[in-house]
Amino acid sequence: MNELLDPLLLSRWQFGLTTVYHFLFVPLTIGLASTAAVFQTAWYRTGRAEYLRITRFFGSIFLINFAMGVVTGIVQEFQFGMNWSEYSRFVGDVFGAPLALEGLLAFFFEATFIGLWIFGWDKLPRGLHLATIWATAIGSIMSAYFIIAANAFMQNPVGYEMNAEKGRAELVDIWALLTNPVALAAFPHTIAASFMVAAGLIISAAAWHLARNQHLDTMRTALKFGLWTMVVAGALTTIFGDQLSLAMVATQPMKMAAAEATYDTVCAADASFSLFTLGTPDGSTELFSIRVPYLLSFLSTHTFDGCVEGINDLQADYTELYGPGDYAPIIWITYWAFRWMIGLGLLHVFIAVVGLWVTRGGRTPKQPWVWRVAIWSFPLSLAAMIVGWVFTEMGRQPWIVFSLLPTESAVSPNVSVLEVLISLVAFTLIYGALAIVEVRLVIRAIRSGPPEVGEPDPETGRVEPATTVY
Amino acid sequence: MDLSVLWFWIVAFLFVGYFVLDGFDFGVGMSLPLLGRDETDRRVLINTIGPVWDLNETWVIVAGASLFAAFPEWYATLFSGFYLPLLLILLALIARGVSFEYRHQRPEAAWKRRFDGMITVGSALPALLWGVAFANIVQGVPLDAGHNYTGTLVDLLNPYALLGGVTTLLLFLTHGAVFVSLKTEGELRHRARHLATRAGAVTIVIATAFLLWTGLAFGTPWFWVFALVAAAALIGGWLANTRSAERTAFTLLAITVAAAVLALFSALFPEVMPASNDPANSLTIANASSSTYTLTVMSWTALIFLPLVLAYQGWTYWVFRKRVTRASIDAAAH
Repeated sequence: MNELLDPLLLSRWQFGLTTVYHFLFVPLTIGLASTAAVFQTAWYRTGRAEYLRITRFFGSIFLINFAMGVVTGIVQEFQFGMNWSEYSRFVGDVFGAPLALEGLLAFFFEATFIGLWIFGWDKLPRGLHLATIWATAIGSIMSAYFIIAANAFMQNPVGYEMNAEKGRAELVDIWALLTNPVALAAFPHTIAASFMVAAGLIISAAAWHLARNQHLDTMRTALKFGLWTMVVAGALTTIFGDQLSLAMVATQPMKMAAAEATYDTVCAADASFSLFTLGTPDGSTELFSIRVPYLLSFLSTHTFDGCVEGINDLQADYTELYGPGDYAPIIWITYWAFRWMIGLGLLHVFIAVVGLWVTRGGRTPKQPWVWRVAIWSFPLSLAAMIVGWVFTEMGRQPWIVFSLLPTESAVSPNVSVLEVLISLVAFTLIYGALAIVEVRLVIRAIRSGPPEVGEPDPETGRVEPATTVY
Repeated sequence: MDLSVLWFWIVAFLFVGYFVLDGFDFGVGMSLPLLGRDETDRRVLINTIGPVWDLNETWVIVAGASLFAAFPEWYATLFSGFYLPLLLILLALIARGVSFEYRHQRPEAAWKRRFDGMITVGSALPALLWGVAFANIVQGVPLDAGHNYTGTLVDLLNPYALLGGVTTLLLFLTHGAVFVSLKTEGELRHRARHLATRAGAVTIVIATAFLLWTGLAFGTPWFWVFALVAAAALIGGWLANTRSAERTAFTLLAITVAAAVLALFSALFPEVMPASNDPANSLTIANASSSTYTLTVMSWTALIFLPLVLAYQGWTYWVFRKRVTRASIDAAAH
């Protein structure tokens, strides 16, 4: 049989594809729910039409995304059991708890209050209705916490004990699980990055209209909000990304070595960070690189004379600990994903700073290149988010739970190649078709601009929203 | 009481919540081509469940996650064993969920027709397949010593399981039609009541057959108690519907769904996935459950948060308690 037709490989592809796809919608949901909440608060306080129009504009884009996030999220939960039943048996006692907490505390909350927000404009008092969008935003952020705590267990298992009789990991300390140092760094890093993605969308949408000199009253405000969000969220993403690196070096040194493609342990000036490397196709020999001395030492240890363990040394250590095997992830993927994540992230902060400069004091730039660059904010910030997750998850390989369970031992033993092939093809087709529809609808929503709202009430000066139905 | 037994019933409760709530909104989705005569009708139908379909559907996510956390072995065996039916359910839920949001994004009739079709099929398929899945769980499936399902897709499509699937499909359709009659006015309300009467009559026959089969083959005393409650509530709900007592009919049908789910869990107890080939391979509450520590953590969480969830979800239904009228739909913006 063809070696590509292997349930393990196909299941990994399916998990990778469906997870990356799901996570296109999640950061937007997190960031845009809060954006809508902020502008609705501004409208609540002032009654001004422009704030209501911005709320409804980004609210409608948020809702197009939200539906996709919900339905692709169910797939995520089901496929642990469908494709990774051995994993589920092994970690369910530990890993299931944060998932159940996520459902009970966050998903119910989010799903209920978003319905109230969409349909409640004319049914709830103004203040209560405002609370529903904040509840939705908080629910989405809480759900991120629980799922990242679950993911952190896969990176750095804590709070468990092995039960030899049952052959599984069992939870012994829920608090340790929820305050996993990897989760404490990865959560703010991911949330800040989600705000960068939302800011990217806001900047792109505003730039599209401002380049055409239309909707200036709303889109100037939106642009300014997007640029500031990008700068602040970018700074926070960097700070917490740095914390996450330290946690990673402490818990998964192989991942850091793979991020840098460092084969031999290096110290101080030799622990340099390569911005770019050309090597032989097999990755074993370096032909050319641009390096910043000391930087890797600083990233890994926050000192300039620190050492970074190399892949070969770690491989030797792990072979001794866990037996014969290849304990390194696919180096070219981790190496380049790490660089693209950092590079695209920094590029965004730079673009946003330039944007704030050229629009300072209410200026509207006339040069078309400004808008041409700004419009790429969204796709590129989304790409940075995706390569970040690819790095995190591919860098964990060959483990599904670091040091406890190899990925190859986690797959469902009784699910056939044909079954996985059917599901992989089905998901690819339906996700592909929906992606086309989704992108078109988002572009359409952006192009149609902020919706008109009624005239201000002559007595109060406030603008009130219209009823919304499907 | 042993915590794992408590969690067996909490899982049952979560599936009761799921089938009572998402059941009737599957029914509304299925009734779309039967009741919607024009675009306004169809929009009225969709808007009866517009604010709540997402919270209803979340019950299955919480039920699934609780199964994972409280009974990892059950979750692993069930989800890997019923791979293709669950895949179909997932695809259906994806198609249905996005359609609610996408349908109103463009004005073209052809665009709306496509998503109407996805809502209908995406509602009917899970309504059928969840019944097939639960009937198979009660009946038992072939498992090896490692608790892995060893049968094929065809084994899951046996007559008893298909009867279970048709039962849930019809029951949800009837419940959905009653919900529409409760939530709409005029002509549509009238048509929905007639649909509920006709679908309900067939449901009574099919559901009775399914419950009798289940009881004779796998019945326990508690099964019969819940089955009788389900049957009585179903007949009572059907009668209330013919007398236009819409609220009573809806409530009685909700009790029917709840009692039927509890009857199936009672028939299962204390096993969770009986092995049809060799009882030694069966999954039971005892050998499928999580550690006492995990169950304790989960119990406290459920104790604190489930009442809260029920409170704010109940409040949501109260906020949207008014009937959806054609006039209100035509007047409103999208």
